[in-house]
Amino acid sequence: MELKVKQVNRLDGAREALYLPALFVGFRLTIKHFWRNLFGSRDVVTINYPEEKRHISARWRGRHRLTRRENGFLSCVACYMCETVCPSKCIHIQAGEHPDLSVEKYPVVFNIDELRCVFCGLCVEACPKDAIRMDTGVISMAYTSRQTFDFTRDLLKDNYDPKAHSNPKYGDSDLPSPANQQEALPNSQGVPAS
Amino acid sequence: MEIILEIIMIPAVLAIIKIMVVILMFAMPLGTVLTLMERKWSAMIQDRVGPNRANIGKFTGHGALHLAADGLKSIFKEDTMPKGADGFLYLIAPFFGLIAGVATFAIIPLAGPIGDFTFQVTDIEPGLLFIFAITSLSVYGAVLAGTSSNSKFALLGGTRAAAQMISYEVFMGLALMGVFMVYGTTRVSGIVDGQNDYWFGNLIPMWGVLTQPLGFVLFFTALVAETKRAPFDAPEGESEIVAGYFLEYSGMRWSAFMLAEYVALVGVASLITTLFFGGYHVPWLHLWESAPQWLVTILQVIKFSIFTLFFCWFQIQLRWTVPKFRFDQTMALGWKKLLPLSLANVFVTAFVILAFG
Repeated sequence: MELKVKQVNRLDGAREALYLPALFVGFRLTIKHFWRNLFGSRDVVTINYPEEKRHISARWRGRHRLTRRENGFLSCVACYMCETVCPSKCIHIQAGEHPDLSVEKYPVVFNIDELRCVFCGLCVEACPKDAIRMDTGVISMAYTSRQTFDFTRDLLKDNYDPKAHSNPKYGDSDLPSPANQQEALPNSQGVPAS
Repeated sequence: MEIILEIIMIPAVLAIIKIMVVILMFAMPLGTVLTLMERKWSAMIQDRVGPNRANIGKFTGHGALHLAADGLKSIFKEDTMPKGADGFLYLIAPFFGLIAGVATFAIIPLAGPIGDFTFQVTDIEPGLLFIFAITSLSVYGAVLAGTSSNSKFALLGGTRAAAQMISYEVFMGLALMGVFMVYGTTRVSGIVDGQNDYWFGNLIPMWGVLTQPLGFVLFFTALVAETKRAPFDAPEGESEIVAGYFLEYSGMRWSAFMLAEYVALVGVASLITTLFFGGYHVPWLHLWESAPQWLVTILQVIKFSIFTLFFCWFQIQLRWTVPKFRFDQTMALGWKKLLPLSLANVFVTAFVILAFG
């Protein structure tokens, strides 16, 4: 196979041998940058990260969040869509029977192993109930124990802090237990309870 | 009070006081600050932020605290010595360069003399020949460090440093020959005073850079090569022999090499100012005949400091502008181009002086 070789002519002559003209060209460039940055760092594009943070768009896929219904109960109906579609198999759901027949199911266990998650966002797309979102804007998750990364149904909580919620978990007793159909689904047209 | 004055005026005591002032208030602080400034300025040149993390609480001082942080770090770091190193030589090598760098300031006048009192540690007759003697001593630092480290990279770096510094010393002297001829002396105060003459009445000061433009370029190049900084940093050769001759050093001894480099940088800047830019003489100040002596001295110190700072900055700018010479290119440039040029400069200067007096 014939290699394609680009011949570059070596610059020659007194001008090149003198070095000084090339030196002045270089100085013009570096001194220009030096003076521009001497007063106010105008060309510097660095973000001083811990102090300044880059703007994150609303579509940025950050840490997961579980949404609630109007009455505060989990939106999730434990349909296993997200667990099925998840390419890294990091979602683990156990369905339980909801006392309210119109809701039918809810996740007794909803675990996300964040160390396996690849933040592809497929779970969000797959969810029929808009129950899981990735819009928290939390982009850096650095904790010191593996257990902290094992996110649970605590993701439901506002201002979720994995370190604070790792133990105890958000239990069933923390969920609102509606007394009747109307309270559980106020906007429902009413599926008759048994 | 009088007895204190008398003790101070004893030449030996006075010399020691001057040495302390020059080293502790001029050379060392400026060299230390330049270690940080080089990092800051290079960041500006390359559109970076530069060091700004060291802090005390919220205070960072735009990175000024890195000076303290670096110093503390070097002091508390382990002072390692490689197996098989030549202990004594290994331990003293860092200080050769530092001593040579500091000794340069012995003959640099910071301001004009007031009566018998000179702002210069000593004004010896050989003058600049002393500089040549001292700078050739700084070769020992690199060579001893290279050979005693028992490391092949360090040995390569030391060899390169020896070859480069000895070669460039040859025409460092020849480049200054023109200056000696123009001002007719090797004494530093004589050369500085010679630059206080004027051409065309009081129009243009006879600065060395105007009487010896080629000599200035050659001498400056030779000095940059002597300090082993880019573009002549093949002895350190970060990309091929890691750090060259001081590769094996750590902690404060490594810092001594760094400090020696920056003290030498300040030394180069003040030498250039003294020999080619009128030294402490403020141009056209002699026209103001009623100027009080104290004001003149202050102006002279300010003028000298500004030019010295400018050339410190210039050398740093040079380092971050030009690419490195390959080692054979360094040698070729020295022996094949700069040496003939400096010889030609000597002959042309001699001819002009003979022909036009």
